[in-house]
Amino acid sequence: MTLPLELPLAFTLEAFTNVGFWSGVLVTAGIYAVVTLGLQLNVGYTGIVNFGQAGFMAVGGYTMAILVLEAGLSFWLAMPLAVLVTMAFGVLIGLPSLRLRTDYFAIVTLAMAEVVRLAAQNAQGLTGGNKGLYCNFEGVNQTCFDEAWQSVNDSILGWVEGFWPDVDPLLPLLLVVWATVVIGIVALNYIQRTPWGRVLRAVREDEDAARALGKNTLLYKLQSLAISAVLGALAGFYLALFLTTIQPDDYEPIVTFFAFGVLILGGLASYTGVAIGAVLLWTLLEGMRFVELPISEERTAALRFALVGLVLILLMAFRPQGIFGKREEMVLGR
Amino acid sequence: MEAGARAEPAPGGVDLRESAREHPVAVAFGVIGLIVLALIVAKGVHDVAQASLNGLTLGTIYALGAVGLTLVYGILRLVNFAHGDFLTFGAYMAYLVNVTWGMPLAAAIAFGMGATAALGLLSERVMWRPMRAKGAGFLQLMLMSIGLAFIIRSVIQWFWGTEIRTLDVDVTESVSFLGLRIGQTELMVVIVGIAILAAVAAVVRFTLLGKRMRALSDNLALAETAGIDTRRVILYTWLFAGALAGLAGALAGALTNLRPELGFELLLPIFAAVILGGIGNPFGALTAGLVLGVVIELSTLVVEPRWKVTFGFLALIIALVIRPQGIFGKAKAL
Repeated sequence: MTLPLELPLAFTLEAFTNVGFWSGVLVTAGIYAVVTLGLQLNVGYTGIVNFGQAGFMAVGGYTMAILVLEAGLSFWLAMPLAVLVTMAFGVLIGLPSLRLRTDYFAIVTLAMAEVVRLAAQNAQGLTGGNKGLYCNFEGVNQTCFDEAWQSVNDSILGWVEGFWPDVDPLLPLLLVVWATVVIGIVALNYIQRTPWGRVLRAVREDEDAARALGKNTLLYKLQSLAISAVLGALAGFYLALFLTTIQPDDYEPIVTFFAFGVLILGGLASYTGVAIGAVLLWTLLEGMRFVELPISEERTAALRFALVGLVLILLMAFRPQGIFGKREEMVLGR
Repeated sequence: MEAGARAEPAPGGVDLRESAREHPVAVAFGVIGLIVLALIVAKGVHDVAQASLNGLTLGTIYALGAVGLTLVYGILRLVNFAHGDFLTFGAYMAYLVNVTWGMPLAAAIAFGMGATAALGLLSERVMWRPMRAKGAGFLQLMLMSIGLAFIIRSVIQWFWGTEIRTLDVDVTESVSFLGLRIGQTELMVVIVGIAILAAVAAVVRFTLLGKRMRALSDNLALAETAGIDTRRVILYTWLFAGALAGLAGALAGALTNLRPELGFELLLPIFAAVILGGIGNPFGALTAGLVLGVVIELSTLVVEPRWKVTFGFLALIIALVIRPQGIFGKAKAL
C-alpha cells in the first residue's frame, strides 16, 4: 500500500469510516486475540511465561497446509489433525522445559519457535522454503490449501450479497475469527471458575504450596500450555487463510512480542481485556497508515515498532496491570 | 557437537556419574574433544582446522555479546532482550563514522563502543534504576526490554532504512598460514575481539571493581550491606555491557553487513552462550561463546550450512533441559 502524499501532514478521518479499513483491522486483531487468549491462560492465569506462540502458529498452519497439499487430505480433516499435532508438540516442548525456572522457560520457548521457523525456511522440500506454501501445480491441475474454505467463503458472500450488495469480501473470515474469540473467552472464563481453573491460579500464586497440597503442578502447567498451543494453531489457520499463503516470515518472534503487547494493553488476568487490547492495538497500528505524514513506507513501519515499544515500556512502568487487568491478580515474576 | 547435551555422563557406574556431575567442564571438553577427533578421522585435519578457525571468528562475536549480557543478567536479574539491538546500534554508529563521515575503521569501532556504552548507561538511568526502585518483577523488566529493543530498532530503521549496508572493509584480502586461510577482516575481528575479551576478563578477575561485580552478582543486597557502592558498580556494569555489545555489533557488521535485524539474529546464540556459561559468570560466557561458535561451524562439516543456526538453537534447548545451570554454573544458582 502506498501512502497518498499529496496532503502532507494532514490527518483525515476518512479511513475510519472506510469498511475496508475496519475489516482488515478486525480480522488481524481477531487473529491476535485468539493467539493472546492462550498467552493469557499461560501468563495471566498459570504464571508460565510462554514466548513460543508464533512457533505454535507455524506448526499449526504448516501442518494443515502440508496435510492438504502433500497428503491430499481434505481441509476439514486436516485442521483437527493439525490441532492435535500442535497440541502434541506443545506437550513435547513443555514436558522437559516446564520444570525450568521462569526466565529459562521463556528463552527455551522463544528458541523453540525460532527452530520451527528456521526449519520451515530450510526444509524446502516439505515447506517450500522462503516462498512458502499456497498451491500445488500438477500439469493443469491446481490444488490450494484453502480451496475448501474459499468455496464456503464464496457461498456465504453470495448469500449475504442478496441483501448487502457491496459487502466486504473479508466478512466470512471476520465472522469465523471473532466467533472463535467469543467462544474462547466464554469457555476460558468458564474453566477458570472450575476446580481445574482454581488449581491453575494456585500454581501461579505459589507452586510449592499447590504441590504440597498434592497437586501434580507439572500436569496442570502442561495442560495450560497444550490449550495455548491449540489456540496458537487456530490463529495459524486464520492467518494462513487471511494472507492466503504460509511463509516463514509470518511467524517471526515479533508476532509473539506483538501478542504480549496486546496482552499487556488489555491487562493480565482478563480474557475480555485480550479482545479489547487486540482491537485497540491494531486500530492504532493500522490507523497510523492514514496519518498522512510526508514520510516513506519504511519510516511508517519504523513508527509502528516504536509505538509497540512505547506501549510495552509505558504500561510496564506506570500501569503494569494494563487497562482491564486486576492488580491483585497480577504476578509479574518473582 | 551437542556439547551441552552430552555433558551428562554415559551410563557406567555411580562413581563416574558423580564425578561427571562435579566436573561438567571436563566432561564437556572431553566430549567436544572426542567429536573433534571423530571429525578429524572422517573429514581430515585441514577441514576441521579450517572450520574451527571460521568458528573462532563467529565465537568471538558471541563471546563479546555474551559477557556483557551475562553481567547484566547476573547482577540485575534482567533478561535484556534489547541486548541484540545494542549490537545493531553499535554497528550503525560505526557505519556513521566509517562510511558517512569517512573516518578509519578503528575510530568507527571505538565510536560504536562509546555510543553503545552511553546507550546502556542511559537505559539504566531512565528505565532500569527507577524500575528496580519500584520493585519491578522479572516479566515487567523483560517486557520493558522488548519495548526498548523495538524503539532502538525503529530509530535505526528511521534513519538508515532496511536496506543492507556494508562497512568500508576489505573482504577479499586473506592471509594464509599452515595451509589455512583466514580473511583479513576475520583476522582483525579475532585479534581485536580476543584482546578485549582478555582485558575484560583481567578486570573482572583481578581488580577491585571486578571483585565487586562478582559480589553483586552473588547477592546484590548483601553486597550493599557490605558497604559496596552498588549504584556505581551497576553503572560500570552497563558501561562494560554496552561497550562490548557495541564492539560485537561493529565487528559483526564488518564481517558481514548491516541490517536492522543484525543484532536480534545474534541474540539467541548469545543467550545460549550466557546460559551454557552459567548466568552471571563472565568467564563461562566467554568460553561458551567461543566454543559455541566453533561447534556451530564444525557442524557444517556434517550438515548443510543453512541448518547451522537451527543447530545452535537446538543445542541451547537440549543444554537447558539437561543442565539448566549451565556447564560452568553451580547447581545452587537455581
